[in-house]
Amino acid sequence: MDTDSNKIIDEVTQGDYKYGFVTDIETEFAPRGITEETVRYISTKKNEPGFMLEFRLKAFRHWLTMTQPKWAHLTIDPINFQDIIYFAAPKKKENLEKLDQVDPELLATFNKLGISLEEQKKMTGVAVDAVMDSVSVKTTFSETLSKYGIIFCSFSEAVQKHPDLIKQYMGSVVPYTDNYFAALNSAVFSDGSFCYIPKGVRCPIELSTYFRINAANTGQFERTLIVAEEGAYVSYMEGCTAPQRDENQLHAAIVEIVAMKDAEVKYSTVQNWYPGDKNGKGGIYNFVTKRGICKGNNAKISWTQVETGSSITWKYPGCILLGDNSVGEFYSVAVTNNHQQADTGSKMIHLGKNTRSIIISKGISAGKGQNSYRGLVKVTKNAINSRNYSQCDSLLLGSQCGAHTFPYIQVGNKSSVVEHEATTSKISEDQLFYCQQRGIDTESAIGLIVNGYAKEVLKQLPMEFAVEAQKLLSISLEGSVG
Amino acid sequence: MESTQQHSITLERMVDLFETNRKVLSSNDTALLAGIRDKAFTLFGSLGFPHTRMEAWRNTDLKESLGLGYDYYFHPLPEADIQKVFRCNIPNLDTAIIGQLNGWYVSKDVPLMELGNGIIMGSLAEAKKKYPTLVEKYYNLSTNDVSDVFTAMNTAFEQDGVFIFVPQGVKSPKPVQLINVIHHQDNIFMQSRNLIVIGDNASLSLVHCDDSYNQQASFSNLVSEVFLGENAFLDHYKLQNLNNNSTLISASYFKLEAGANLESHYLSLNGGLIRNNIQVLFNGVHGNANIFGLYLMDRKQHIDNQVFVDHAFSDCTSNEIFKGVLDENARGVFNGHVLVRRNSTKTDARQTNKNILLTDTARINSQPFLEIYNDDVKCAHGSSTGQLDPEAMFYLRQRGISEESARMLLMFAFAEEIVGKIAIPQLRQRIEDMVKKRLQGELRICEQCVLHCSTPNHPLDFKIDLSKI
Repeated sequence: MDTDSNKIIDEVTQGDYKYGFVTDIETEFAPRGITEETVRYISTKKNEPGFMLEFRLKAFRHWLTMTQPKWAHLTIDPINFQDIIYFAAPKKKENLEKLDQVDPELLATFNKLGISLEEQKKMTGVAVDAVMDSVSVKTTFSETLSKYGIIFCSFSEAVQKHPDLIKQYMGSVVPYTDNYFAALNSAVFSDGSFCYIPKGVRCPIELSTYFRINAANTGQFERTLIVAEEGAYVSYMEGCTAPQRDENQLHAAIVEIVAMKDAEVKYSTVQNWYPGDKNGKGGIYNFVTKRGICKGNNAKISWTQVETGSSITWKYPGCILLGDNSVGEFYSVAVTNNHQQADTGSKMIHLGKNTRSIIISKGISAGKGQNSYRGLVKVTKNAINSRNYSQCDSLLLGSQCGAHTFPYIQVGNKSSVVEHEATTSKISEDQLFYCQQRGIDTESAIGLIVNGYAKEVLKQLPMEFAVEAQKLLSISLEGSVG
Repeated sequence: MESTQQHSITLERMVDLFETNRKVLSSNDTALLAGIRDKAFTLFGSLGFPHTRMEAWRNTDLKESLGLGYDYYFHPLPEADIQKVFRCNIPNLDTAIIGQLNGWYVSKDVPLMELGNGIIMGSLAEAKKKYPTLVEKYYNLSTNDVSDVFTAMNTAFEQDGVFIFVPQGVKSPKPVQLINVIHHQDNIFMQSRNLIVIGDNASLSLVHCDDSYNQQASFSNLVSEVFLGENAFLDHYKLQNLNNNSTLISASYFKLEAGANLESHYLSLNGGLIRNNIQVLFNGVHGNANIFGLYLMDRKQHIDNQVFVDHAFSDCTSNEIFKGVLDENARGVFNGHVLVRRNSTKTDARQTNKNILLTDTARINSQPFLEIYNDDVKCAHGSSTGQLDPEAMFYLRQRGISEESARMLLMFAFAEEIVGKIAIPQLRQRIEDMVKKRLQGELRICEQCVLHCSTPNHPLDFKIDLSKI
């Protein structure tokens, strides 16, 4: 590596996380630590019906019997679960009806993040649900959407207004027994988004949730539930940022998607939680369980993720392909720089006949980052004529980083075809030379090559997100060369 | 106590056996070797037998195998009809044959052959007595830090096996054929240990067969340590052809010094449950290892290949290709793991696993892992599972070839990628025959070792069924 490149890498790795500010907002907290009392406190605070408290308590009791999983290729400092505040909420006025009733500080925060709730409403035609710390702050466009019968609101609101739907679908894809962090989330989750698309409705605008951790010492536990009835379509985006802090903050979320017959759900994530500083201090522990089920025939669920933030990412968005001919997709770009670690990938469970899935995963490792792809493709005996194609490429930038691939492939019938391929390499000197020869400087050339490398995934993102993702990618990596 | 009767294999039983027979076990040991044995026994005791909740054993359940009743012997059994047992040979292939019966080196008259060129071959137990320094120099070097229960158990219990030493600069003139036959009137549990040392610039061609002669159940726990000196070359063939009631746990530890070259072929043709644990360590720069595997399984057979390649030095290349055909209720497991360490620049590592499932009840679990800590590498892996290419089938059918023949032809072509890599022509011919027979389903039960179930004068032809055209 030449000195120029080293210099550029240094500049990049020392670059500031631009979302690292803290907003001074009046916040109310639950007492530190977790007991049954905490769970009850959260439930009471949210004025929840009995079935919710019951669900939370069951989850909490189950969580107590579990231990933190150790199988991931991650080095995680011990987490003291009693040192976390499980509920923090910006104090808000009762029954927020109009945007001007929202705390101006809060609006300013989201403006600063580039999510102008007000402007969004007028200009871009994207409905936004903004979640600060544990509570949904404001959902835009709800009224417009309700004309179509679409429900898009905070999870808490859905619990109050649509308890039947929540009761029916919550935990149906990710049961509280699923894993350690799912159990924890089920016990203490505070808010999140709920989205219901009725039969035959094609959601006319993109739905979006913006998550923000603000308060110190808190964990964020949100829960998203998307239900698309027969023939429905929705494209859903989420983004996330957090302040720059020296301590690690825990984020354990659950996303559940239910797609009925002929329904299609497209879920896009640009994850940019605070990744910690260049020495690996601080940063978000991002432990997320995301799963969708194609319940009916011909359903389709597509996950697209751009993971650039978090000090630790532990996340395997998956699809259960239950309906015949259903389709699961997973497109991912995961970047680890400095001391970031990511263990991420997808799970495709083929249960129905003629089910198809595709996994495209692009890992980029720089600095001392460790980037692992871990994925499961399981084709059961009855999933005849199923098809999977997985491609997991890793790009290494610098000699200190690591890139790992851990695919699990299980095939149980003779008519299915499952293919997996992966390559690991650095940016080739030939490619660089070619660009430089044409007068493109090293930094731009690398930007170009990395963007080209990730293009297959980025092109899956909705337009609004693609721009943000591309910018993020260039900030995270431009100038690195192996 | 010198033998035990028909007990299942449990930790308690093995601990008890070890303690009661400690003296017999270490009768040929030097002080150093006895120390190694004791240490391994402690490790074995602390590890215990694996279960399916352990990540490394998730897809291979030994419960049934371990639960059968087995005889265990602390001395070699009388060799009833030694000539009959070892008439295995490959037509027109001149090899030096080393026989093992139930893990014990056979041929009492010459326990250790010392050839003119300095090559030593024979019983490991004898080598421990005759060449203690040589054995001590290499023994347990590769397995010392391994926390594998079967390797530890083997180190604790082994009493004999094969020792091969090829001195520096010597090229072994003819292939060595090591035949381990399992033959006993009752179920038997056996453990055997091989130590193979190939000196700097030396070379060896080794054909290593595991065969069984009857339908009795058996449980074999084999460990081979293989050392390749600088620029040494080993052409290695592991042929596994056991009955359907057998369980074979076979661990091979290859350690390659700078510039060493390993060509290894694992051909699993039959067996109840086979687990190959193949570990390759590059202990110097510019090493090269090609590890090929072929498995043809049917009925309730189970094949598990665990391949670990440790690129601990720079400029090494490794290439793994494992291919398998699984029929009926067979179960296949492939777990490849390539580790490229921090300073191993210019590494080129490849890993491929391809499977064909012939029924809806056959299953495959494929886990090709890459773990890479260096950016100056070329690594790729691929895994595919499917069925015979319908277009290829159509092409053949269109040309009047019957479905059955076309199927055979395509499967044979699939296997040929591995078989074709066999460098010894006579052996390749023999394996091709065996694969053909195996694909036609004939190789299931061999009254005796399959190596002589076709007559040398009438080599099998692969026929396209002209009568159906």
